Amino acid sequence: MKIIVLMKQTFDTEAKITLDGQGKINRQGVNLIINPYDEFAVEEALRIKEKHGGEVVLVSVGADSVQEALRQALAMGADRAVLINPEMEEVDEFTTATILARAVSGLGYDLILGGWRAIDDGSAQVAGRVAEILDLPVVNQVTKIEIEAGKAVATRDIEGGNEVVEVSLPAVLTAQKGLNEPRYPTMKGIMQAKKKPMEKKNLADLGLSADQAAPKVKVLEYFLPKPRAAGKILEGEVPEAVAALVKALREEAKVI
Amino acid sequence: MQYTLTEEQELLRETVRRLAKERVEPGARERDEKGKFDWEMVTLFRENDLFGLDFPAEYGGSDAGMLSLIIAVEELSKVDASAGLLIDLQELGTLPIMLAGNEEQKKKYLPKLASGEHLAAFALTETSGGSDVAGFRCQAKKDGDSYILNGSKIFISNGGVADVLTVYALTNPEKGGHKGAAVFIVEKGMPGFSVGKKEDKMGIRWSDTAELIFEDCRVPAENLLGAEGMGFHIMMKTLDFARPGIAGQALGIAAGAYEYALAYAKERVAFGQPVFNFQGVSFKLADMCIRIEAARHLLYKTCAVYQELPKDMSRLSPEQIRLSAMAKCFCSDVAMWVTTEAVQVLGGYGYTREFPVERMMRDAKITQIYEGTNEIQRLVIANTLK
Ligand SMILES: Cc1cc2nc3c(=O)[nH]c(=O)nc-3n(C[C@H](O)[C@H](O)[C@H](O)COP(=O)(O)OP(=O)(O)OC[C@H]3O[C@@H](n4cnc5c(N)ncnc54)[C@H](O)[C@@H]3O)c2cc1C
Repeated sequence: MKIIVLMKQTFDTEAKITLDGQGKINRQGVNLIINPYDEFAVEEALRIKEKHGGEVVLVSVGADSVQEALRQALAMGADRAVLINPEMEEVDEFTTATILARAVSGLGYDLILGGWRAIDDGSAQVAGRVAEILDLPVVNQVTKIEIEAGKAVATRDIEGGNEVVEVSLPAVLTAQKGLNEPRYPTMKGIMQAKKKPMEKKNLADLGLSADQAAPKVKVLEYFLPKPRAAGKILEGEVPEAVAALVKALREEAKVI
Repeated sequence: MQYTLTEEQELLRETVRRLAKERVEPGARERDEKGKFDWEMVTLFRENDLFGLDFPAEYGGSDAGMLSLIIAVEELSKVDASAGLLIDLQELGTLPIMLAGNEEQKKKYLPKLASGEHLAAFALTETSGGSDVAGFRCQAKKDGDSYILNGSKIFISNGGVADVLTVYALTNPEKGGHKGAAVFIVEKGMPGFSVGKKEDKMGIRWSDTAELIFEDCRVPAENLLGAEGMGFHIMMKTLDFARPGIAGQALGIAAGAYEYALAYAKERVAFGQPVFNFQGVSFKLADMCIRIEAARHLLYKTCAVYQELPKDMSRLSPEQIRLSAMAKCFCSDVAMWVTTEAVQVLGGYGYTREFPVERMMRDAKITQIYEGTNEIQRLVIANTLK
């Protein structure tokens, strides 16, 4: 069983987002992690491999810094990694999915796993787009996966309950929280990871031109939410407090 | 000697930091309050293979070196000093076997200690003598193909939970501790060996600290490490190799308290601004930062030197002995100072159990006392300066 895991490196969930002088998101000094939903996908791939045998291959699009995240997933137990650096200022979901699909089709696969979304841009498009390009079925937000001969039975969260679906392989499945609890790499795993293959590629290596992968969506502006002003507690007896509240709503907040 | 951490060590630090934050920190306060040994922590560290970091690969260890072990001890101790101690005690209790054990002894005991299936303890201290080796009374008399142990040990970390204990006893009392002692491997359950009183302590409260009682305890002669008369040398070398572990625990406690105090000082508002803005507070934090960084460099240097040394009974140079004593002494003094100041930075909140720094202050104190008090460390250091 050959399992591909689509993996993205993202900001730490606790990172403080700031903008630089050009109005771009400041990446300086920010701790980077494996996108948590992708980490569920890595863990699930390892469990499937442990049960059914096979190989787990990580594929990621991004800058050289992504090697750190890949190394971590290799230390968890994945077998090898492919990193494609698009060498572009900005990418969109089209770019990423186009590159991933091309890379993945060159590798061969029985199952493709990914996180249902990345915690940074939260677009939840990439895995679905890859499935579309490769003409594969996709099941989103799964919390349980059983592999049987030539098919997968996946459970997904739906409003008010669960849905169990059966899908023929190969297919793309995206991980939701609850699928598993990812393991921590052990020191033995960390030491082995260094010896595992990590291929670095660019667009030309995949036979793609910059035009074919050029983003279709352009970010016009980033801005931070307005800082929340401190709350105000109105003191005194209820009738006076109500009067003061109405006055404040009308004159300060100007909502009535 | 390499001066920066390797990529593997960086990833180990990240990993243990995460594990500590997600799995160890949440229960730290409760474990401290209960003061009971926590087997869930043992399971967690077994699952994540943290006991055998500095054990040889041929016996199931990770063979990652002393610095890797210390990084893990440090990261765990940042959130819970007893947790950091737990993986360090595996090293301490096993060092006599690693240093002086023969092939059969290593084969028999190391793999299960490396995996954490068995826990280890190192038993030296007695009521009649802690710092003073001449005060030790516990005896081992040869009887056929075994030794009969009689006496007791006090304050033994992991004493009540360990499966394998390395025990210091006199085989030849007339010759005294320096020439007449030996170290034995004692297993839990050997007839005549029992666990006595457990200590209720100021800090590292869930670490098990117990009295060991030997009443005609028969230990097979094959469990003697090295030879009769080597006990003092084995014990000293064990302590030289083990002190960086306590230094790592101390450094972790200091760093944990510093990080907490720093974040708090930036949040807590007084006189209309974060208290960090007052020089009286920020200078404290600057001093903490200086001392922690200095302590870390001394300790990592010590580890870098020690992990190149063979784990056998060859003699250490005075410089090597001094380095390990300095690291233990300095890191623990830094831990005591930093945690006391961290409580000060938090003001009244720092003094309450709602905040972790008072626990860190209580935990820090032991690092100045065990594995040789800091007075004894200074004695050791001064002896190398003669
Ligand atoms: C929680 C805990 C865990 C422990 N774990 C272990 C363990 O796992 N294994 C083990 O074997 N032991 C262990 N110990 C024992 C510990 O190592 C001893 O308590 C320590 O070495 C000091 O010995 P003592 O308590 O007998 O103090 P003493 O030797 O009685 O010393 C009392 C005071 O006198 C000072 N002093 C003594 N001699 C000198 C001198 N020559 N010059 C200057 N000052 C001196 C000491 O520094 C100290 O301040 C543990 C102790 C505790 C509290």
